Amino acid sequence: MSRARFLESERRVGFLCLAPALLAVAAFSLAPLAIVLWLSLRRHMPVFGISRFVGLDNYAYLVSDPRFLSSLGNTAYVVLASVALELVLGLLVALLLDRSFSGRRIARAAVLVPWAFPTVVAASAWGFLLSPGFGVVNRVLGIDANWLGDPWLAIHAVILADVWKSTPLAALLLLAGLQVIPRDLGRAALVDGAGAAARFFRVTLPLLRPTILVVVLFRSLDAFRIFDVVYVLTGGGPANTTESVSLYAYRLYFQTLQFGTGSAVSIASCLVMAAWSAVMVGLLSTSRRGA
Amino acid sequence: MKRAILLGAGLFLVLAFCLGPYVWLLITSLRPPAEVAADPAALPAALSLESFRAVFSERPFFRIVGNSLLVAILSTALCLAAATAAAFALARLPVPGNRAVLALLLSVSMLPPVASVGPVYLAASALGLRDTAAALVMPYAALSLPLATWILHGFFRDLPADLHRAAKVDGCTPLQALRKVLLPPVAPGIAAAAILTFIFSWNEFLFALSLTSTDRSRTVPVEIALFAGVHEVPWGEIAAASVVATLPILLVVAALDRFLVRGLLAGSGKG
Repeated sequence: MSRARFLESERRVGFLCLAPALLAVAAFSLAPLAIVLWLSLRRHMPVFGISRFVGLDNYAYLVSDPRFLSSLGNTAYVVLASVALELVLGLLVALLLDRSFSGRRIARAAVLVPWAFPTVVAASAWGFLLSPGFGVVNRVLGIDANWLGDPWLAIHAVILADVWKSTPLAALLLLAGLQVIPRDLGRAALVDGAGAAARFFRVTLPLLRPTILVVVLFRSLDAFRIFDVVYVLTGGGPANTTESVSLYAYRLYFQTLQFGTGSAVSIASCLVMAAWSAVMVGLLSTSRRGA
Repeated sequence: MKRAILLGAGLFLVLAFCLGPYVWLLITSLRPPAEVAADPAALPAALSLESFRAVFSERPFFRIVGNSLLVAILSTALCLAAATAAAFALARLPVPGNRAVLALLLSVSMLPPVASVGPVYLAASALGLRDTAAALVMPYAALSLPLATWILHGFFRDLPADLHRAAKVDGCTPLQALRKVLLPPVAPGIAAAAILTFIFSWNEFLFALSLTSTDRSRTVPVEIALFAGVHEVPWGEIAAASVVATLPILLVVAALDRFLVRGLLAGSGKG
């Protein structure tokens, strides 16, 4: 077989190998995105046989829809608080696991457990621990807080459950980042008389910056989609004060059956996430170039 | 000495925070349900398997666990087959535009699931697939595909170039080279991608909630979320069902944690 024909057959096999994956991505990601975009320009309520073009009406409605704006605010608050807490806690856990001790592998696996469990189970567990009256958390703290009934407490209960579930992943990624920092740098700083705090803030943290940005990007995109925790723990309540954007879109689809408005909410959240990723990727590329 | 005590105390705190809520769930599942209802925060006075019995005999929980296993295993198999082929082509065959395909996969994986659940629901309804396992298997396999392909691409790319060249010189067709020469050394990557896909499919909630309506196809997370009644929450049964729901995950993490860690790191671009 000539070299050209061999290359040609390799290319053909390559396309065949790639075809199922591309087909799946087209069918379950790209086509739905196009359909959602199309639906967002329509009033679409399948059960009533309604489907007509309304232009940007759905978006115009959302801009002044207090429920959408509050879901956006709730989501942003959860993202901000969760990611910040996960970063700090994850860094502490990573620094701990970066030390050498026997049973380190078991400790690392144990730390991963909350991450690997179904979010529904995590939310149920916290719902149980935080149950009002004589729940475990109230008992331990000796108080009688209505964790899931008070708006201020409820959103922080959502954040607590999300932090519990997601800190392991942040810790694991940060640990991997710590482990590629050359030990000699810390040792050199030690010889130069730098204390533990100076070594951490002047040596470790700057070198960890790219990893921290990756963690923030991954976790913030993930937290922005928050659905399971809110659905199970608070149901979006009390009075929609913990409703996330995803939960609002879900309810528009499946409870009020307004696929047009629900699609507009989905597109809006895609746009927010795309803008946020662009900012983060920009930061990341400058930090990688600087490092 | 002081450092060792600090390290030990820190580790204890971390493990207590990570495992405490789960241990409490386990304890709760083993208490008599009446006791749990009377005082959810008490330590068990007696052990009882009543909550487990109730979950399995008063609810269709065997069927539900079966649905979950079927969906998770099928979607993992489907996803891995497509992802392995795609990763091989992208890393080892002269496919034009392979960087663009990788970038596409990465951006697609960032889309929020709520953006695709509506159209997938409408399509499943139109095709008469609502409330079937198939309606979950296909989206799960497709949604895990970008991450699985991304992980496996890293493993294929890191193989020595001579390996593939030698197979070609020996007269292997591309598919023979994949099957006989390249697949064995990327086995850890396949394990890593399979674990992540299995965990995703086993845990997934939004699609399962939207696309299932009866125990014909309902999965474990949805069933647990629906346990809570209007008037009272059967915490004993929720705890027992949660213990069952986490069992496969615990086994996977305990047995294959090294692959899991490698997969997570590869998935974040640090592999």
